[in-house]
Parts: sequence; C-alpha cells; structure tokens
Amino acid sequence: MVWSWIPQNWGLIWQYTSDNALLGLVPPLIGLAISIPLGVVSVRWGWVYPPLLSLTSAVYAIPSLAVFVVLIDYTGLGNLTVIIALTLFSLCVLLPNVVDGLRGVSQPVRQAATAMGYGEIRRLVQVELPIATPVVIAGLRIAVVSSISLASVAQLIGVGSLGYFFIDGLQRDFPTEIYVGAFAVLALAFVSDMLLVTIGALLTPWRRGQRTLGGVWAISLAGTGR
Amino acid sequence: MSFLNFAWSWLKSAQQWHGQSGIPIRILEHLYYSGLSLLVAALIAIPLGVLVGHTGRGRFVLVNLANVWRAIPTLGLLILLVVLIGFSTLTWLIPLVVLAIPPILVNAYEGVAGVDPDLKDAALGMGMTQWQVVRKVEVPLASPLIVLGLRTAALFVVATATIAAVISLGGLGRYIIDGLAANNYAEVAGGATVIVVLALAVQVLFIGLRRLIVPAGLRAQAKASR
Repeated sequence: MVWSWIPQNWGLIWQYTSDNALLGLVPPLIGLAISIPLGVVSVRWGWVYPPLLSLTSAVYAIPSLAVFVVLIDYTGLGNLTVIIALTLFSLCVLLPNVVDGLRGVSQPVRQAATAMGYGEIRRLVQVELPIATPVVIAGLRIAVVSSISLASVAQLIGVGSLGYFFIDGLQRDFPTEIYVGAFAVLALAFVSDMLLVTIGALLTPWRRGQRTLGGVWAISLAGTGR
Repeated sequence: MSFLNFAWSWLKSAQQWHGQSGIPIRILEHLYYSGLSLLVAALIAIPLGVLVGHTGRGRFVLVNLANVWRAIPTLGLLILLVVLIGFSTLTWLIPLVVLAIPPILVNAYEGVAGVDPDLKDAALGMGMTQWQVVRKVEVPLASPLIVLGLRTAALFVVATATIAAVISLGGLGRYIIDGLAANNYAEVAGGATVIVVLALAVQVLFIGLRRLIVPAGLRAQAKASR
C-alpha cells in the first residue's frame, strides 16, 4: 500500500467515483420508472406476469460483459450502452418486488379505500403504492448496490468507471490502485444503501418505532438480487 | 439481428467444436469453476443462515451486511488476488464464492426464520431436541427458499465465471475476452450465446433439483395456493 499515491491521484479517483456513481444510480431509477407500470399491469391482469417473469430471469442469466458487447453494436462504446444493460438487470430485480409489494396490500384495506370513495387510480397512488414502498425499496437497494458493483466491469469495454483502477493496477502490478478502486466501490455502495434506507424510512412515517430493519425489510431481500 | 447471425456463423463452423480450446472443453472448465464455487459457498452460507434463522441472533447484522456484501466487485477482487497471490485455484475460487454467498445466506436465513413458531412449539412439545427441530422441521420447511437461493447463486456464478478469462484462465469467457482483443465480433457473440444457454440449462437443472429436495407435501401446498 503506497499511501502517497492517493492524494497525488485525488482528481482521478474523484472523477471515476462520480462516473461510477452515475452508472450505478441512473439505471435502477429508470428500471423503477419502468417496473412500476409493468408491476401494476401484472397485478391487474395476472396472466401477464408469468411470461414476463420468465423473460426477465432469462435476461438476468446473461453475463454483464456479454450484454455490453451485444449492445455496442447498436449504441456504441459509451455510457448509454452500460446504462441500458444495467437498466435491464435492475428491471429483473425490481419487477418481482413491485408485484409482491402490490399483492401484499390486504383486501380489507383495498375495500376500505373503495368504500371511502377512492377511484382505482387514486387508490393505487395514495394507498397501494405507499403500502408497497418498503418492499419496493428493498428491491431498489439490491438493484443499486449491484449496479454500482457491475458498473466496474464496464471498464473492460472502455467505459470510465472505478474498474479503471483494477485494470490499470493489474497492468502495472500495483496493488494500491486495486485497493483504492475496491474500497471506493464498497464505500459508494454503502453510502447509497444507507441513503435508500433513510429515504424508505422518510417515505413510510407510519412504520417508525417498529422493528423494521431486521425484519420486514429483509423479507423481500430474499429470493431476488444479484 | 446481426448479433444472432454472427453467433450462428461462429457456432456452426466445425473448428469450434474440437480440441483444447473447443466449446465442449470450455463448457467443462466453466462448469468446474461454477460448480466448485457454488459448493464451497453453500457449505459456508447454508449452515450460517440456518443458525441465525434458528437462534434469531445477529439477524440485523446478517441482513444488512449481506446487502453491502453484494457490492464487493468480483472483477476487482479477482485482480487483487492475482497481484497478491498469483495464479492458483484460490485466485478464481474466492471471488466466485464471495459472489455466491449473499443469495444463499439470505434465503436460508429467511426460510428458517419464516417457519411458523407454532410448528416449532409443537415439535418441541413432542419431545424433539433443538437439533431435531432444525433437522426435521425447519430445514425441510425452508427447503424451497434454500433451493431458490442456490439457484440464484448458480445464475450469478455461471454468468460471472466469464471474467476468469480476464486473468488468462479458461472457461467460456475466453471467447468473449479473446474475441474483444482480436476484434472478432463473431467469436464474442458465439461465446456469449453459449454462456446464456448454459445458464438457462443450469436453471432448468435447479427446477428439477427442487422436485427432488422439497418435500412432496410442500409442493402440493404451493400448487394449491397458486
């Protein structure tokens, strides 16, 4: 470990960390924007869901590097390629969680909302989606953490990310650089994860005081996730 | 669909199917990397997940650590190990085991923690010891989730064993890395196709495994509730 290397290369570290943050955060957000309507449709018309689920698990089986390479043909060597690939992966994690979250709304709650005069759209926005929030956030946590980690692979097709330090460190046989890259990935993931936990807590004030972190949040972490 | 055309033209040429760098050998290498990693990860993660699920101790740490654990960049860890310990079995084994642990661990924990407390009470009331409760009640009831965790981990490992080729090892990733280096797009496309097919075949294998492992009563119940 050559500590002096860190301040000397601070600019580079910062640049690749912010590149990596962009690649790690944008795809899950786009994935969320797509999976909410898809999830609503899947719950409303149940027959849509099984084929959709098979399709997303098939997509999930493709190595990230292979997806990058396939997309290069259409979108070129750039951020867009990586963002599309990671959006696809995020979608595979998020869709089951959106569906499980919406299906978890109990029937009496739905009926109460209807009895209070809520239309279908208003019931969805004001009752069902807020109740599904913890499960959706749990999926988002997995999607964000995985995207941050996978974005470092993008360096293999030349897209700037913290993976630069891995490849460069290997070529120069210089472990310090690899430690810095790996530490930055983990730190970025940890900060984003905590941020999402906080946002989740703010969005669901009625759950405050319950023992949520170890229990209910975790249920939906099972089964999914890269 | 230029991608599929490229993949097909590469796959149908006979030279890919023979010799030391032929597809059958590469598939066997790939399965060897994946299988051994999955086995080691299962031996670590299943007992740990069952233990935490049974005792309830350390579940907060387990659930949250498992999520940030997912962020450990496989590529970075692989390269770091090359620089630190050179080329050995551990060089590829450790990163793939690290990758496979979170889904197996979280699902084993969730499966055991989710067992109805009444069933545990009944088992204890019948005179079972704690160990018998774990072995005869909790693990069989958790088996669908445990198999699901193994299946998810297998998906990651088969897709990610690709990057072993980055450090000049074998496996199907060879075609992607060599193809990229030589600008041979057909080789990349063909290699990626073989990996996807292999990953899907492994998924089918696990669906079969589920039939063997999950008790018949639980499977009937799952069908009825669907």
